[in-house]
Amino acid sequence: MVGELTWSKRIFGLWIPLALFCVVALFPFTWMAATSLKTNAELYDPKASPLAIKHPSLVHYIDLLRETNFLTWIANTMLVAVVATGISLLLGSMLAYPLARMRFRGAPLLAITVAVTYLVPQTLLFVPMADLIGRLRLGNTLSAVMLTYPTLLVPFIAWLLMGYFKTVPRELEEQALIDGASRWRAMTRVILPLCMPGFISAGIFAFTLAQNEFLYALLFLSRSSVRTVPIGVVGELIRGDAFYWGQLMAGALLGSVPVALIYSFFVKYYVAGLTAGAVKG
Amino acid sequence: MSKVVEASRAPALAARAHPTGWARFREFVERESVFSWLMLTPPVLFLLAFLGYPFFYGVYLSFFRREVTGPATFAGLGNFVTLANDPIFWQSVGNTIKFTGAATLLKAVGGLGMALVMNQNFRLKAITRAVLLLPFIVPTVLSTVAWQWIFDPGLGLFNRLLVVSGLATTGVSWLGSPTMAMVSVIMVNTWRGLPFFGISILAGLQTIPVELHESATIDGAGSWGRFRHVTLPSLLPVIFIVTTFSIILTFFDFQLVYVLTGGGPANSTHLMATYAYSLSMGAGQMGLGSAVALSMVPVLGLLLVLLTFYVRKD
Repeated sequence: MVGELTWSKRIFGLWIPLALFCVVALFPFTWMAATSLKTNAELYDPKASPLAIKHPSLVHYIDLLRETNFLTWIANTMLVAVVATGISLLLGSMLAYPLARMRFRGAPLLAITVAVTYLVPQTLLFVPMADLIGRLRLGNTLSAVMLTYPTLLVPFIAWLLMGYFKTVPRELEEQALIDGASRWRAMTRVILPLCMPGFISAGIFAFTLAQNEFLYALLFLSRSSVRTVPIGVVGELIRGDAFYWGQLMAGALLGSVPVALIYSFFVKYYVAGLTAGAVKG
Repeated sequence: MSKVVEASRAPALAARAHPTGWARFREFVERESVFSWLMLTPPVLFLLAFLGYPFFYGVYLSFFRREVTGPATFAGLGNFVTLANDPIFWQSVGNTIKFTGAATLLKAVGGLGMALVMNQNFRLKAITRAVLLLPFIVPTVLSTVAWQWIFDPGLGLFNRLLVVSGLATTGVSWLGSPTMAMVSVIMVNTWRGLPFFGISILAGLQTIPVELHESATIDGAGSWGRFRHVTLPSLLPVIFIVTTFSIILTFFDFQLVYVLTGGGPANSTHLMATYAYSLSMGAGQMGLGSAVALSMVPVLGLLLVLLTFYVRKD
């Protein structure tokens, strides 16, 4: 009797809602994949079943790689994301370390400023930013986005790292200083190595954000050879009013794969970064 | 602490008859405040140049009539007066509020549901969590393009399923009619943002001590009573912060609408962000575009003040 009750509870309280959440989360990706693998004849046949694939074909992928600069966009995206993440981690930890572990004048004000800038959306900044990048003559260069993405990432990274830096006991640092190490040495040899999980979390987060960024890429990168994946797919695979859905979905899927792969290796760290603000703060 | 350090260094320093310039420099750098500001200067300068400067330059721009070509002329509050008399501006304000309100509510309720479902023991939990987060991590623009195809009037998934299942004969014009376009845009935003709520609330759920539930059970609380009097109150801080974050992100959203509808049909899905973009980049009116962006600042300010008060209170 009790067993039956728990069984129905498991089915209605767990398995059915869970299945629903999974189906909702995944069906757009399934639809993407199904579309990209169909030939145009099958794709635009209203009588064909929308989800079944009768004649799987890689023609859209081949066309995508042949006719567009897709591989260049992938390379650009990776390069930009790596550089922007590197710059952001460096600047972010330079900001977070003193704020988390030292006493100095202006610390409270600076801490509040960092928290506020973290929440200032780029929508507020894009008009003057476009002007600034134009005057620096950085339009249509990858440097434009490599320089502007860290503005979105540094405050967040600093905020996240501060939490990790604070967890290292002060005694460890003091011991190193007593042993004759400089502050720099104490930081680089003692404190920072203990905060590796924080760096991985911040890095993964920054990396996926940099790969997803759209607005600045849209503003600054109009030449095909310097585009990133999101802006390349939207800007060049949608040609006029005619949609090449097969190729578009192939591009959207291939563009998502690198992000999803990296994410799947580091899910734990990603979730730690995602929930750090809401749960700890 | 620094006294201890200095005391321990003193003999070493005294051993040198004349402290050299280098040693003095080292002592100077080792001071807590000097070391701090040496570290802080590069990131602070960077943020001043690429965040502070554009922000205030944007404020400045909003007082000028400025086309892409030609010189800027001072207009005072002229841009704001123009906006106040611009029906599309007010429409975009209304759309932004509707969009943010509906999507945030749906995400919060759905996210709470997702978290409660996920907070049970079952096999493959870690993988399920990773899968449920996918909509949030995949580049928004790319998944939005897929949604555009799902919404396609003739061959899209939704209309085909409707027709095949016999629920409708012609299907729905998802992105073609003003009401349905807004519904569709809200739907996609909810799909993307729900996991953020779900996973954050789940993390909050896992911090609730088991003893609280146990003592409530002993006191005779049923599952609803425990949810109402134990779970929900413990979750409120998390829900509050996640909701505020999400309101900020949703209120200032740009890319979803830009890709899915471009603000159409007939401006019915224009958000303030997309309207600012179309004014400044499409029509070349940088001053007016800046003014639209700037008129979003009070909302941001209000949310930030709320958030600060809440965090202080704890």
